[in-house]
Amino acid sequence: MTGSSVKELVDREYKWGFVTDIESDVIPPGLNEDVIRLISSKKDEPEWLLEWRLKAYRGWLKMTEPHWANVHYDPIDYNGMIYYAAPKTEKPLGSLDEVDPKLLETYEKLGIPLSEQKRLTGVAVDAIFDSVSVATTYKETLAKQGVTFCSFSEAVKEHPEIVRKYLGSVVPRSDNFFAALNAAVFSDGSFVFIPKGVRCPMELSTYFRINAANTGQFERTLIIAEEGASVSYLEGCTAPMRDENQLHAAVVELIALDDATIKYSTVQNWYSGDENGVGGVYNFVTKRGKCAGVNSRITWTQVETGSAITWKYPSVILQGDNSIGEFYSVAVVNRYQQADTGTKMIHIGKNTRSTIISKGISAGHGNNSYRGMVKVLPSADGARNYTQCDSMLIGNECGAHTFPYIDIQNNTTSMEHEASTRKIGEDQIFYCKQRGLTTEDAISLIVNGFAKEVFQYLPMEFAVEAQNLLGITLEGSVG
Amino acid sequence: MLEITNLHAGADGVEILKGINLTVNAGEVHAIMGPNGSGKSTLAQVLAGREDYQVTEGTVRYEGKDLLEMEPEERALAGLFMAFQYPVEIPGVTNAYFLRVAYNAQRKSRGLEEVDPIDFMDLLDEKLKTVDWTAEILERQVNAGMSGGEKKRNEILQMAVLEPKLAVLDETDSGLDIDALKIVAQGVNNMRRPDNALIVVTHYQRLLNYIVPDYVHVLVDGRIVKSGGKELALELEAKGYEWVQEAGAVS
Ligand SMILES: Nc1ncnc2c1ncn2[C@@H]1O[C@H](COP(=O)(O)OP(=O)(O)OP(=O)(O)O)[C@@H](O)[C@H]1O
Ligand SMILES: [Mg+2]
Repeated sequence: MTGSSVKELVDREYKWGFVTDIESDVIPPGLNEDVIRLISSKKDEPEWLLEWRLKAYRGWLKMTEPHWANVHYDPIDYNGMIYYAAPKTEKPLGSLDEVDPKLLETYEKLGIPLSEQKRLTGVAVDAIFDSVSVATTYKETLAKQGVTFCSFSEAVKEHPEIVRKYLGSVVPRSDNFFAALNAAVFSDGSFVFIPKGVRCPMELSTYFRINAANTGQFERTLIIAEEGASVSYLEGCTAPMRDENQLHAAVVELIALDDATIKYSTVQNWYSGDENGVGGVYNFVTKRGKCAGVNSRITWTQVETGSAITWKYPSVILQGDNSIGEFYSVAVVNRYQQADTGTKMIHIGKNTRSTIISKGISAGHGNNSYRGMVKVLPSADGARNYTQCDSMLIGNECGAHTFPYIDIQNNTTSMEHEASTRKIGEDQIFYCKQRGLTTEDAISLIVNGFAKEVFQYLPMEFAVEAQNLLGITLEGSVG
Repeated sequence: MLEITNLHAGADGVEILKGINLTVNAGEVHAIMGPNGSGKSTLAQVLAGREDYQVTEGTVRYEGKDLLEMEPEERALAGLFMAFQYPVEIPGVTNAYFLRVAYNAQRKSRGLEEVDPIDFMDLLDEKLKTVDWTAEILERQVNAGMSGGEKKRNEILQMAVLEPKLAVLDETDSGLDIDALKIVAQGVNNMRRPDNALIVVTHYQRLLNYIVPDYVHVLVDGRIVKSGGKELALELEAKGYEWVQEAGAVS
């Protein structure tokens, strides 16, 4: 920005940055096989799962942290971190009303009411606090339709055969450094199972909250849609403001069988660090879906506004013929945030189609990279891909980068790729101001217009929240 | 309402306005004419607060306040509206949303409650009539993908919604076909009231047949070289700008 027309704006506080004062069951920092055994025993897990964890851990020990992403950070001390923290409970919870009021209050403050009277209508929520799930709403209503929506730990107990069948089937425990770490120490997460022919009657959502200090969050989500089933799932996340960095290394696996549809949306708002880049969450996440059946469809929609560093490539393996993979992304970086995000579309089945729309917005000293791969295997006759990748720059000190990888091994493929980079217009801001808008409102309006194509894929309830978040993230972005 | 005294302004160290004096009272319509590059748009933009231009001398008082001290949005909220010679495109934002945000910004600044989208639609229905448009235009993006004439008409729609006290129309007639010109002029005339005022920048006497000015000023090389009644526009059309330049040199 030329600077002169835009006044210094005051940063508003990250309003989700509070800490809940609650007694926690925390294990000592450090990582070794005993820690893994401890986590597994705390969760009362079957032997096979412990074995699976230990194998993952042994694999992880031989791996090195990947550094190919366009992000920079000080080395992470994996032995200085706590791998399990849970709010203390006296006894197992029979119902939501037994949840610690402090926790209910926390979620209320975050705008996610869990208590029976105030629930979000039409949205079932699984609330994850540090390492454990504290509550899942609408469980009975969903169960009547045959839908299972519960915490991962509960699924291991109630549906061990399904978990065992699909766990690691899309993201193997040896997939990458962070996925292997997750496989070794994951604590909780959400589990969704939609049986054959069922359309899930409401939005499902998981709300992640890191509270305890110096604790990594390693959740694992598994969503299975059987033949003809469909589900729309949304995750949100926040964390307190802390000076040290917190690691979040999640794994999400989606499986869509014949004619099934999974729509997975993320509004990611982890704490991003202060105006000098101190603190914030390292969001190193592996998300992958498999369109295992014919005519199946997986859609990833993400709005990434938080985190100090984001490393994340929600991908789709298009195995079933005529399956569809979609990736719609808005990633915003401000201050000293770094994001290296994009997708992988792997075409295996015939007439598979993928669409990628990525909108990167960079402000302050933020650095935003789109990294996307489209791979078409020889078997994928008639595969089609459309990629559109737009960047918007606000100010002169931020960066936008695009790293497309294309690997086509079938000559019947059709591909279309469009990319653009532009600066937010001084004339656009002035135009809005002449109509009475403040600079902040003007930027928020212009950026929301830029990202609109992606917002339209979010569930209605969350589109508005996402727009507001975008505005808040960009506050103070120009000076 | 507006009092411009000895206004000097320029960009990048080059002086463009070289001592403008102009007083506009409530209820009046002033036309500003002048050759290309004489500074008409610069004057409009300086009034609106565009920071690309630096004011080096002179004062502008608006409704008793020092206009030059105000932020662009403060000026807008105080009732100053400029219809842009080149309206700016905002892709992805609908007209309906933009109009509502702008309208609510005004309401908020006056301590009034914001209107919700449904009530606002009722208000828009009325306003659309003033520019002879249907609701379809509301779902279009702000100026993006609009023809030149549509953009100009869109400026007048915004003006109708915001009901400014002082509107500066910078060549709103350029690029309009004859029917659209009549519609736009009609729309502007409908908004005229004893307590508001208009400054109309134009190259063509034709517009002034529809929006009849009380005063016509001729701007040449950053100065108002001649002012008169509405007949001056006709005279200009007949004799060209060279005539005023010479006349200006004499008087
Ligand atoms: N931002 C700017 N930087 C440098 N020069 C400028 C700038 N804006 C205007 N000028 C110059 O100032 C002079 C007056 O421009 P202005 O746009 O005010 O003319 P105008 O009277 O509106 O002309 P037209 O009838 O063509 O619209 C021109 O020579 C123009 O090139
Ligand atoms: Mg002009």
